[in-house]
Amino acid sequence: MKPMATRVAYPRDPYPSTYRPLPAEDVFIRNATVFDGLGGMIERGAVLIQGGKISAIGSEAAMTMPAGIKAIDAAGKWVTPGIIDIHSHLGAYPSPGIEAHQDGNEVSGPVTAEVWVEHSIWPHDPGFTRAMAGGITAMQVLPGSANLFGGRGVIIKNVPARTAQGMKFPGAPYTLKMACGENPKRVYGYGGGRFPGGAPFSRMGNVAGYRDAWQKATEYKRKWDKYEADFDAWERKAKSAAPVGGEKGEDPKDPPSAPDRNLELDTLMGVLDGDILVQQHCYRADEMAQIIDLSKEFGYKISAFHHGVEAYKIADMLGTNGICGALWADWWGFKAEAYDGIRENIPLVHKAQNGCAIVHSDDAYGIQRLNQEAAKALADGNKAGLSISKAEAWTWLSRNPAKALGILDKTGTLEPGKNADVVIWSGDPFSSYTRADLVFVDGAVTWDRANVDSQPVVDFELGQPGEGDVK
Amino acid sequence: MIRKLLLAATLLASAPAALAQHVAITGARVVTNTTQGVIENGTVVINNGRIVSVGTGAAPSGATVVDAKGKWVTPGLFAAFSRVGLAEIPSEDPANDISAGGSKFQAALHAADSFNPDDTAIDVSRIEGFTRAAIVGAPSGGLFGGYAAIVDFSGAFNSIDTREAFMLAELGEGGAAAAGGSRAAAWHWLLTAIDDAKAYPRGFEDDGEGDLLIRKEAVALKPVVEGRVPLMVEVHRAADILQLLTLRQREPRIKLIILGATEGWRVAEQIAAASVPVIVNPLANLPDRFEILAATLENAGRLSAAGVTVAFADPGNASHNTRLIQQLAGNAVANGMPWEDAFKAITSVPAAMYGRADLGVLRTSATADVVIWDGDPLELMSSPDAVYIDGVGMPMVSRQTKLRDRYMQVNEEKPQAYERQ
Repeated sequence: MKPMATRVAYPRDPYPSTYRPLPAEDVFIRNATVFDGLGGMIERGAVLIQGGKISAIGSEAAMTMPAGIKAIDAAGKWVTPGIIDIHSHLGAYPSPGIEAHQDGNEVSGPVTAEVWVEHSIWPHDPGFTRAMAGGITAMQVLPGSANLFGGRGVIIKNVPARTAQGMKFPGAPYTLKMACGENPKRVYGYGGGRFPGGAPFSRMGNVAGYRDAWQKATEYKRKWDKYEADFDAWERKAKSAAPVGGEKGEDPKDPPSAPDRNLELDTLMGVLDGDILVQQHCYRADEMAQIIDLSKEFGYKISAFHHGVEAYKIADMLGTNGICGALWADWWGFKAEAYDGIRENIPLVHKAQNGCAIVHSDDAYGIQRLNQEAAKALADGNKAGLSISKAEAWTWLSRNPAKALGILDKTGTLEPGKNADVVIWSGDPFSSYTRADLVFVDGAVTWDRANVDSQPVVDFELGQPGEGDVK
Repeated sequence: MIRKLLLAATLLASAPAALAQHVAITGARVVTNTTQGVIENGTVVINNGRIVSVGTGAAPSGATVVDAKGKWVTPGLFAAFSRVGLAEIPSEDPANDISAGGSKFQAALHAADSFNPDDTAIDVSRIEGFTRAAIVGAPSGGLFGGYAAIVDFSGAFNSIDTREAFMLAELGEGGAAAAGGSRAAAWHWLLTAIDDAKAYPRGFEDDGEGDLLIRKEAVALKPVVEGRVPLMVEVHRAADILQLLTLRQREPRIKLIILGATEGWRVAEQIAAASVPVIVNPLANLPDRFEILAATLENAGRLSAAGVTVAFADPGNASHNTRLIQQLAGNAVANGMPWEDAFKAITSVPAAMYGRADLGVLRTSATADVVIWDGDPLELMSSPDAVYIDGVGMPMVSRQTKLRDRYMQVNEEKPQAYERQ
């Protein structure tokens, strides 16, 4: 009897996370002002962390402290979910920013959906530890924005590790970086012949480039879907029918043959299948509207527009289409598509029906104080009459990025059962004078401002001037 | 046509620069930056572009009283290093006058000659409390970036105060690249340029050139080598700073200012002993380049504690977000610098560095650049309620606030373009 043929299938997670939480003990954080990440604030609140998870949160008076547990008196301090930066290039464009470290953009062509940024991440980037000191517990590392399709992004935990795999957020989905506007046409069309590709030279060239790739992905997916269906049918037939012996090479007995694999289209097919989340760099409002139509034409969903300097002009459309805006508080004007930036962009996106605003950095300095970026945006929004509370504004820093990254079931809010990704701040985190005192990832302290033993020093900094200094 | 002219006339009549104001701001917490310190429930009287009095007295008769109870009143913020007005859009060459790599002149260039008082970043900076700035181009094709100007942020055609506030030069990695590839080449370049300028016109008789400089460049550097205008040198590595300080012995007449000084804390005592002021970015804490491996958030505070005169700026963010200098100061406080020193680092210290003792302070006869804040000016959630430049209340409007007002509502019957802001 002939052995049953196996279905051609490729591993979906060939570079799996090897992350293990740091050693942790259960703690009861008490007497704090707590932002729960859902928009609520608890005065004299407490957060109970057990087994690396949030096990309870609420008013301290209504909670019981388990016997024998370590208690942290957070009088005068604030407790929040850890900040998640949805737009970072740490590890891929690390410090020092020397030529040898320029690993964030595969500029060899406008469509490089086959590259995965995790393959560029240098875990010894000192930027990771600086971000820790700023209360960052997780981030999305993205490829750069030279390409129409820049490649796969990766979601990591902000913990020291020897490898990128050691930082990968277990169970998090993959993402895809796409870029609109000036960058692709500047790098390719007007790249002075430095790069192959030629097109795009224009915004319409950009859109033609996306459509061409999505069409190929559609056809690729059709082939694979057909293969799966044909194989299912063949398998049923092979199982039910009595084996036919003797003759060879006959159709009914041979399994259908699999399509050739294409690594670029694998990623795009992952988007069409709903497994990979699209993160689209786009500044101008009119372009975002075009991209929304593009996504409908090919039947996929955009998770978030990144930078979106003009998001306020179409905040209603973003809400209607369930797309988050990952935005800066006040960057503007450095190029034409950033010319119409306003300081109320984030609050206006927040206030729209079904609005989902996110504060992002795209910067190794900005990531260190996203709470301050939120403070600036909040102040300006409120000055313009939008009346948003600080507790609500915290959703820009943890819940909304977690949602746009597909990890809200695991982190982003202080709800029982979620990973204990928590920050204790020295005071009101919307003040210039406040610092992160203690940072927890999965209940383990990754950063302690009062204890040098809990302030990691990356390999690069060993033996250098400034090693182990206050950063 | 007539309507257009009428409109223009109306605009002119309401232009703030035309009004000399007599104003008494009362009831505020007043940060004077003088020996008067902070005055609670203070009164600041402005008349004819000058501060008349600062104290706790009643408002004089005839003055328009501005009730600032619960507010803070401070001198206008002074950007120690800025490029506002030099590039409407930095990525577009025709709209960018920051550098001139194609010019054979560098030291001779004056930022004042590029400055555009209609630049939209002026209003954007002013409504965040900035009233003046030192603006300067960037070195390109040599060590020198040319002369900085001091400008006010009124947006008026006459807003240039000083055409020659300082000369900018760079050493370190940037200087090395510009001078041919090494620090040694950059240092030799700087010394040769100084020697050429000192010697001029001697040595230029035959071919109009010195050892390094062409005639006009040597002429341009003359005020610098004679100590009439400060020389600001960007340098970061501790060893590079020490080398620069040796210039104090070789050229005692040159008035030095250090820009950057990211590793300055390691040689803070030497900088203090040399009486050389520094402009630092207090947030520079990444080992981004090999010349700043010892970067730390405590640099500003440590320098200040060692007795160094410290001002703040971020040269990498100097055109559109000059306003973020305020955030630099708040973070310096968070990292150990006393509030008073951090506030002076964005007001009186840079003003005095450029010889403008009339700015950055609230005292009798000082220039009336005054800001009324809704809270602590170093807090991120505070913002100005009113800004006065030369004693004149400024419009609290920018292109950004107009865009905001236009799009506060998006689902209106008529397109936004019909809305006049």
